[in-house]
Amino acid sequence: MRTDSAADEVVQETWLGVVKGLDSFEGRSSLRTWIFRILVNTARTRGVRDARNVPFSALEKEDQPAVEPAAFDADGRWTSAPPRLETDPESGVLSAELREQVLRAVEELSDDQRAVITLRDLIGFSAREACELLDLSEVNQRVLLHRARARVRASLVPFVEVTN
Amino acid sequence: MRFWPFRRRRVHDPLVCREFVELVTDYLEGVLPHHERVRFEAHLAECDGCSGYLEDMRRLVGSLHEMPEPPPDPATRDALTRLFRDLRGSA
Repeated sequence: MRTDSAADEVVQETWLGVVKGLDSFEGRSSLRTWIFRILVNTARTRGVRDARNVPFSALEKEDQPAVEPAAFDADGRWTSAPPRLETDPESGVLSAELREQVLRAVEELSDDQRAVITLRDLIGFSAREACELLDLSEVNQRVLLHRARARVRASLVPFVEVTN
Repeated sequence: MRFWPFRRRRVHDPLVCREFVELVTDYLEGVLPHHERVRFEAHLAECDGCSGYLEDMRRLVGSLHEMPEPPPDPATRDALTRLFRDLRGSA
């Protein structure tokens, strides 16, 4: 969804769908997957109505490299070691500044990439569940996840180089 | 697929960094075929740049898992509360 208000409406419609459909939930998938399927279907139905939305299934620009070509020499080796992401020494997760940037970067991804990285990495669905929810083949799901993670990492590099 | 020249290479050729970064997700997902995983891990063992890259990717994914959920937007929360109240009223 391109706007917060459209997303809010989808959330409301989803909960309405969940409450109305709860009787028909047969337990063949987890409740979480079932609720997300309603969410995805609701978003898709609205996406059709929302002319600003790009088609959900379009795999765009997926042949871009994970790391900018200039980072490698003619033989394909790093010209200099890639910058390391700063982590909080206690928790081992990325520093607070980088985590903020991570969320901004996720928001800027294409719809397909954002959907996959959100389901897989932010929420923690399995690859199989993500494929099922988004109607993707396993290979396409992995390509989208790969590009999404690579783009998010690339967006952190300027912040790391400034602080190092 | 012009960025994946290794597809045309012989299987036993050593991996270079540019190829390594394109295999990171397949490696983390556990779907690299055996011979590719051997090449991947052989390169990993001898390249500091690539082992740092892989470690950072693991941390990035780990950090995404740890992101706190944003609080619901107040307007959405109010709308949902109304929605549930109406539903209960009509039941």
